[in-house]
Amino acid sequence: MVQDVGAKAVTPPERRRSLLRTLFGGIGLLRESTIGMVGFGLILFWVLVALFAPLIAPVSPTATLQPFAPPGTVTASGETLWLGADQLGRDVLSRVIYGSRTVLFYAPVATFCAYFIGCIFGLLAGYLGGWVDDLLNRIADIILAFPVLVLYVVIIVLIGPSGLNIILAVTFASAPGIMRIVRGLTLDLRNRDYIAAAQTSGASLPWILFAELLPNARGPLIVDACLRMGYVIITIGVLGFLGLGLPPPTPDWGSMVAESRAMITFAPWMAVVPAIAISSLVLGFNLLADGLREISLRD
Amino acid sequence: MRSRSDLFPDWSPDQPVLECEGVCVSYFTRAGEIPAVLDFDLKVMQGEAVGLVGESGCGKSTVAMAIMRYLGRNGGIPRGRVLYKGRDMAELTPEELRQLRGSEIAMIYQEPMASLNPSLTLGRQLMEVPLNHEKSVTEKEAYERSVQMLADVKLPDPERVMSAYPHQISGGQQQRVVIAMALLSQPSLLLLDEPTTALDVTVEAGIVDLIGEIAARFNTSMIYISHNLGLILETCDRISVMYSGVVVEEGSVEQVFDRMRHPYTRGLFDCIPLPGADKQARPLIPIGGQLPLPHQRPRGCYFGPRCDFFQAGRCDVPPIPMEPVTDQPGHRSRCIRWDEIDWDAPRQAAAVAETLDEGDVILRIDGLRKYYEVRDNSLAALVSGKRVRHVKANERISFDAREGQTVAIVGESGCGKSTFAKILMGLETASDGGVAFQGEDFADKPVQKRSADEVASMQMVFQNPFDTLNPSHTIGSQLGRVVRKFGDYKDRREVRQRVLELLDLVKLPREFARRRPRQLSGGQKQRVGIARAFAGNPKMVVADEPVSALDVSVAAAVTRLLTDIQRNHRTTLLFISHDLSLVRYLADRVVVMYLGHIVEQGTTDEVFSPPYHPYTEALLSAVPIADTSVEKKRIILEGQLPSVLDPPKGCPFHTRCHRKIGQVCETEVPPVIEDAAGHLIACHIPLGELREIAPVIAEKQVAAE
Repeated sequence: MVQDVGAKAVTPPERRRSLLRTLFGGIGLLRESTIGMVGFGLILFWVLVALFAPLIAPVSPTATLQPFAPPGTVTASGETLWLGADQLGRDVLSRVIYGSRTVLFYAPVATFCAYFIGCIFGLLAGYLGGWVDDLLNRIADIILAFPVLVLYVVIIVLIGPSGLNIILAVTFASAPGIMRIVRGLTLDLRNRDYIAAAQTSGASLPWILFAELLPNARGPLIVDACLRMGYVIITIGVLGFLGLGLPPPTPDWGSMVAESRAMITFAPWMAVVPAIAISSLVLGFNLLADGLREISLRD
Repeated sequence: MRSRSDLFPDWSPDQPVLECEGVCVSYFTRAGEIPAVLDFDLKVMQGEAVGLVGESGCGKSTVAMAIMRYLGRNGGIPRGRVLYKGRDMAELTPEELRQLRGSEIAMIYQEPMASLNPSLTLGRQLMEVPLNHEKSVTEKEAYERSVQMLADVKLPDPERVMSAYPHQISGGQQQRVVIAMALLSQPSLLLLDEPTTALDVTVEAGIVDLIGEIAARFNTSMIYISHNLGLILETCDRISVMYSGVVVEEGSVEQVFDRMRHPYTRGLFDCIPLPGADKQARPLIPIGGQLPLPHQRPRGCYFGPRCDFFQAGRCDVPPIPMEPVTDQPGHRSRCIRWDEIDWDAPRQAAAVAETLDEGDVILRIDGLRKYYEVRDNSLAALVSGKRVRHVKANERISFDAREGQTVAIVGESGCGKSTFAKILMGLETASDGGVAFQGEDFADKPVQKRSADEVASMQMVFQNPFDTLNPSHTIGSQLGRVVRKFGDYKDRREVRQRVLELLDLVKLPREFARRRPRQLSGGQKQRVGIARAFAGNPKMVVADEPVSALDVSVAAAVTRLLTDIQRNHRTTLLFISHDLSLVRYLADRVVVMYLGHIVEQGTTDEVFSPPYHPYTEALLSAVPIADTSVEKKRIILEGQLPSVLDPPKGCPFHTRCHRKIGQVCETEVPPVIEDAAGHLIACHIPLGELREIAPVIAEKQVAAE
């Protein structure tokens, strides 16, 4: 924070230590909630998988080895296909491992963008009220009234499938919901005395919005962000399933499920493995959100 | 179902209704056992009212919960016993306990709205009491008894109240319904936990009156919990003073008020301003230090570290038992030095600042009005064509404030005093009239249009200490921001230096710059709020009830600090308050507001002595005074505060006025009559008659012994 002039000037080392302590303190608090820890563990697992994908993956995700090989098959060249291979003979395990990189890059980025837009408009609507509030709310209503899938198709048909479009689609679809939440929190916060104190000391609008209001809304927003991350992961899966996600041959959990749809009766592993991957990551975020909420309610 | 006498076969009315013997209450948390109340003794006879006094955190509410056996999952009573009509409450079965609560022992809480279910009619909720507790009662009987009880608590039109929902009646009426509900089962013991704290003084006076009447009529025993010594004096026979979980002094009200034998009790009395005395005669003496946390209590006497009479080697050696005060039966004190201290010695008070010579007029309010538009979209409004209605928050406000002066604005909630503060601060603009501040017109100048100097020269101290600081930033960063905004301090080191100076100014340790608001107590937060207001060397500070949410000892210290800084800086202080005792203590001039109108203004002495405006008179009589030597008139205002949407024609006060002279009050706006230069009263009653009114507060005539 820019404003911590006083404290920063005197004791920079102490400050840094306290930041570290806050971070560990947060995890320490989370330890009191079992489901929160389970969620955190699931997410940590996938993050580590994504980070060390090249080291973990037994073969290249795009190498074609033995089509429709069932799990456990040993190929002619000696590799074991632990989770089987797909219709082109690519190793399902390696593709799931590399697929985690796609999800864990696009989901946080898209969520962040949605939050960025949602927070700005939510703070404006809640703090200013009046016609600004009315206008922003009506716009949000229109977007929310649109069926989400149709919205995605429209966006991607207009600009073509690419990573950027995933982010755009997710932002567009979830920002109104975030705006509503931020607006509600702001409505409660804006009547606090410290906001009046900021106003009476002549603080500017951006300062009041981002330095006075937003930090105090962070608790519920962090919980919501975790939940929303789960939805975004599903959304990315859905987009991939509809063929609107990343262009092939990029490994993508959603498109893996989509491609294997026709073969599900005789090669179920092709669909089941990426489906489990998606569910476990979404579950991880949901459990983390529950854990965080549980802790925040306790205090 | 058994009748009540079966539950208590051995009890006769000459035995105590409630007896607590060495009760200890603890909460069991992750950090271990936290003792909240220790060694609590209490005896309540039938028809007796016992007051429990203490500051927040002293365990007085915990005692009430322990009596009700309602401590929650993590609370327990490890030692001691509570006897209700001779039976140990711990031995009662859950079913017997359920019968006891609500029928034998009833409790009235602070917040009436929270005690009533908003989705049921009041009648339904009242009728539930007899229907649940007595099997033979029919619906019809329950209804009739409820109506009768509502009439007993003096609610007008009980039938209408029966079919109303809680939000349709006022706060004072809600509290009357809660009292009626508690009385419906004819309890033997009534526990009142700060029953009037959330109410205005004039409403409070009515409730206090009612409680006194009920006690006499139903012969109910009462335990009255309050932090307000004046209220205890008016309602109770005996009093127990609590400090940090223990009773430090107990006795009859006269004993404790006039011949106190514990330093804490004396400190408590020194902290409260009395409307009978002014600041020269009786300065406020705050108690130094802070209430110890339950797990950090000092050895020996818990009050030791804050006590002027502390003697190492004696006061810090446990146990410190309750000792009887020998010449006064029934009076006990938990002070081992009670017979060594000279209780009549004059208090060593710091020199009182003499009244400042008044400077030039710095603020001139001239005919200020503030109307809010309310759009009415109902069909009736469409038909009648009156779509826009006005909330008249401020009406024709005119007064002056001089440099270095303390001007108090007094009035109950809804009188428009906060709206007025908002206009001054530029958060709202006036609908009409002028606000001249240092010659500049501030009336239509919102804060965005004021220059940095203008913003800095008018600052505000807010009411709620828990809301006044942003919980997300450190104290240093919040003060530093204001310093940079207002001053010429651009360099980091200069800003930091100035922040530390500000902390010195409000007597807070410099380390606080790095702390966050949640690490501070209410009083400390309020000090930071004061430091923030004085950061830009303001010419005028508006303080909106700055100490109303604080405990008396803390409030005294914060008040003192605020006035000291104000005097040293020759700042004009606009002090908004409902606490007339405090206003009497610190204000130079007083402005009394009612429904957006100024009804009376003048110097403090002029306003506090006749001639009064009838509203001032009622307000003064409503203030509970913790002083047994004064006598005051009782004036209970009838009816409720009219809505600002539909204010009465003529004099705004005529609907509740006890001195209404006739038709003229309802039709004509009262003239402003001048008693002395600057003492203005807006009333139809001729000045001569107003002058003849006897003072509200008078020294009690000492009866010949």
